[in-house]
Amino acid sequence: MSKKKEAREKFKKIMPMKPRERMQIPRHLPLEQKPECRIENFAEVSNGFNVELAAEEALRCLECNDPVCMQGCPVNVDIRSFIGMVYQKDYQGAINKIRESNYLPAICGRVCPQESLCESVCLVGKKNEPLAIGKLERFVADYELKNGGFTPPQKAEAKGQSVAVVGSGPGGLTVSAELARMGYDVTIFEALHEAGGVLKFGIPEFRLPKHIVDAEIDRVKALGVKIETNVIIGRTLTIDELFDEMGFEAVYLGTGAGSPRFLNIPGENLSDVYSASELLTRVNLMKAYKFPEYDTPLKLGRRVAVIGGGDVAMDAVRTSKRFHPEKTILLYRRSREEMPARAEEVHHAEEEGIEFHYLTNPVRIHGNEDGSVRAIECQKMELGEPDEQGRRRPVPVKDSNFMMEVDTVIVAIGQSPNPIIQQTTPGLETSKWGTIIVDEHGATSRKGVFAGGDISRGGATVIQAVADGKLASRSIDSYLASVREERSTKA
Amino acid sequence: MYVIQSRSLLAPGIAEFVVEAPLIAKKRKPGNFVIVRPTKTGERIPLTIVTSDAGQGTITLIVQAIGKTTRMMHQMGEGDAFEDVVGPLGEPTPVANYGRVVCIGGGVGTAVIYPMAKGLKDAGNEVISIIGAQKSDMVILEKEMGAVSDELLITTDDGSRGMKGFVTQALAGVMERGDQIHGIYATGPLPMMKAVADQTRASGTRTLVSLNPIMMDGTGMCGACRVTVGDSLKFACVDGPEFDAHAINFDELITRNRAYMKQESEALKSLESDQSCKAVRAL
Repeated sequence: MSKKKEAREKFKKIMPMKPRERMQIPRHLPLEQKPECRIENFAEVSNGFNVELAAEEALRCLECNDPVCMQGCPVNVDIRSFIGMVYQKDYQGAINKIRESNYLPAICGRVCPQESLCESVCLVGKKNEPLAIGKLERFVADYELKNGGFTPPQKAEAKGQSVAVVGSGPGGLTVSAELARMGYDVTIFEALHEAGGVLKFGIPEFRLPKHIVDAEIDRVKALGVKIETNVIIGRTLTIDELFDEMGFEAVYLGTGAGSPRFLNIPGENLSDVYSASELLTRVNLMKAYKFPEYDTPLKLGRRVAVIGGGDVAMDAVRTSKRFHPEKTILLYRRSREEMPARAEEVHHAEEEGIEFHYLTNPVRIHGNEDGSVRAIECQKMELGEPDEQGRRRPVPVKDSNFMMEVDTVIVAIGQSPNPIIQQTTPGLETSKWGTIIVDEHGATSRKGVFAGGDISRGGATVIQAVADGKLASRSIDSYLASVREERSTKA
Repeated sequence: MYVIQSRSLLAPGIAEFVVEAPLIAKKRKPGNFVIVRPTKTGERIPLTIVTSDAGQGTITLIVQAIGKTTRMMHQMGEGDAFEDVVGPLGEPTPVANYGRVVCIGGGVGTAVIYPMAKGLKDAGNEVISIIGAQKSDMVILEKEMGAVSDELLITTDDGSRGMKGFVTQALAGVMERGDQIHGIYATGPLPMMKAVADQTRASGTRTLVSLNPIMMDGTGMCGACRVTVGDSLKFACVDGPEFDAHAINFDELITRNRAYMKQESEALKSLESDQSCKAVRAL
């Protein structure tokens, strides 16, 4: 009997209930800070599962013969196996199983949009609520963090080749971990003073605590990956120098999409109009919520309006709420149905008392004489025909302009790729949106240079960056193998 | 850590730091700046690289003590270290032999104009420099500016050194001579740069200024340093910091730069009360 089959047989034996009965168990909800408490702090909203809740939730898994959940996961985590291990209380086995496919489980267990990925196809969800796969992933990752037990996975024999990874966000960390396991010498270059990229400056503490990000970074470092902060590739060092002077044989670009987009409406440069990136970086990375203990300030007025409907808009509006304005408003030009933000985050924002104004499009920001914000002028929208992506296009309602009194406006309508590397690297092909063009293997137009995540996609998810990092690690491996081969034939 | 090799006072409240940053020293060009976070709890602030020594692996920064962060930097000295220094940032000053140029530095802006003037001089230009300060003991880099200029004019508000008046008055004098000027470069407080722009607009003389907007990451990520130049929105950190002075919306920028005035004075007060406590404890 194969090991896998053996495990499944064992699992069946200890299962106290028939699948039909298990289908009836309602989905477990992790304990959460109450809305009225959590708006007073930046601590994590969800407490996750404890051992008992995790075991009961794992019991709901049907152990499908054809686990569709795995196909719903962009990195194909062996969800069925790890959940079986949770049920059998083999938490270390479960986390090791996840880490075979995804090196950032504590992060992905928190920020992955599971409801539209693995959980959306879970068979339990056909009749009941789907299995809480994300929460179980988080549980085993946290269990390991709390109880120790981590030993770095075995590495292949050193290959004697080094790879430079630009950016220490989810994509950069993943590609580094994968390549280090394959035996490459990996150095990450990070422009900011802390590693983590968007996980550090973008995602708020209450959704992804920084110590969790640091713990996962430490796991990557445990594989021998080096991280150099305060190095801006394109400025401090160029791609050419990485190859020619520093001896790297391949480069991965995971620099993300950090450049904020604006609406181009009058009044957008008044002094109380922020990009969501500025607000979130001030709070998350620079700890403006601890001002004046930390020196970076933040200035929010009494009525704060956030414009947008994605996860970043939710993060911005919920972050603003924690600074206690009288009103915290979200303006979105489509309806709730079209909003791209994760359902869980929208729900959390609603619970926290954010005022949602749908089908509302800002057209002008009005200022006082001193250049501060006085009001935002909006027009009502209605939904027209679907656009290329199938989302119904918002159309202005004639003569529907109205004023809303606000004194801070935060623009969260998306980010463009950071332009520095494209501007300073000859021969690197980019699209008209400034994204770096890659082929199906993650290779760019420059030999030995690979890219993935938001810098090539323009704006995606953490798990997509992880998936791109995995793909690129395989491409880089085969590229470097061909370099080795070429070298040995020459020699 | 970025060790401070030396610190010297140039004028009351204005200090020069020579800091170890080998990678930056190797790369730096006139017009570049760095972002410095002096301590773990500190802000990230942009500072122009005044000069660098690739051999020693050092860069030179000049800092005026104004807010909490800059005052704390002033309390650091030789052997101390800044937590983070990142760069070189920004597009370097475009340097070529244009002919005759005027370089204007107001106050601590002289630290910004110096590397530009030096770059222009090295490229073969005839450099006329004007540096302004409130009073004689606030004049900085006089010797250095003199060394890279064919002519150096000094103005002070009270007339205690050089010409009495503002840099714009000295500039008017230079322009009235009728010699052709191929470029004007000005750095200093926003109202000064605006005044220079207004002064040179009619003649259409190419005028560049180096902007100092509120900035955080310095890599185009936060958008705080956005400035309207002509019809387009630019980020001073990646598109600048130098722009055509005639196209800049200065009024908008002046308002944006005032955004954190209240918080800054709050931070300063907390620093002062903290230090008075320390002083008491020391007794």
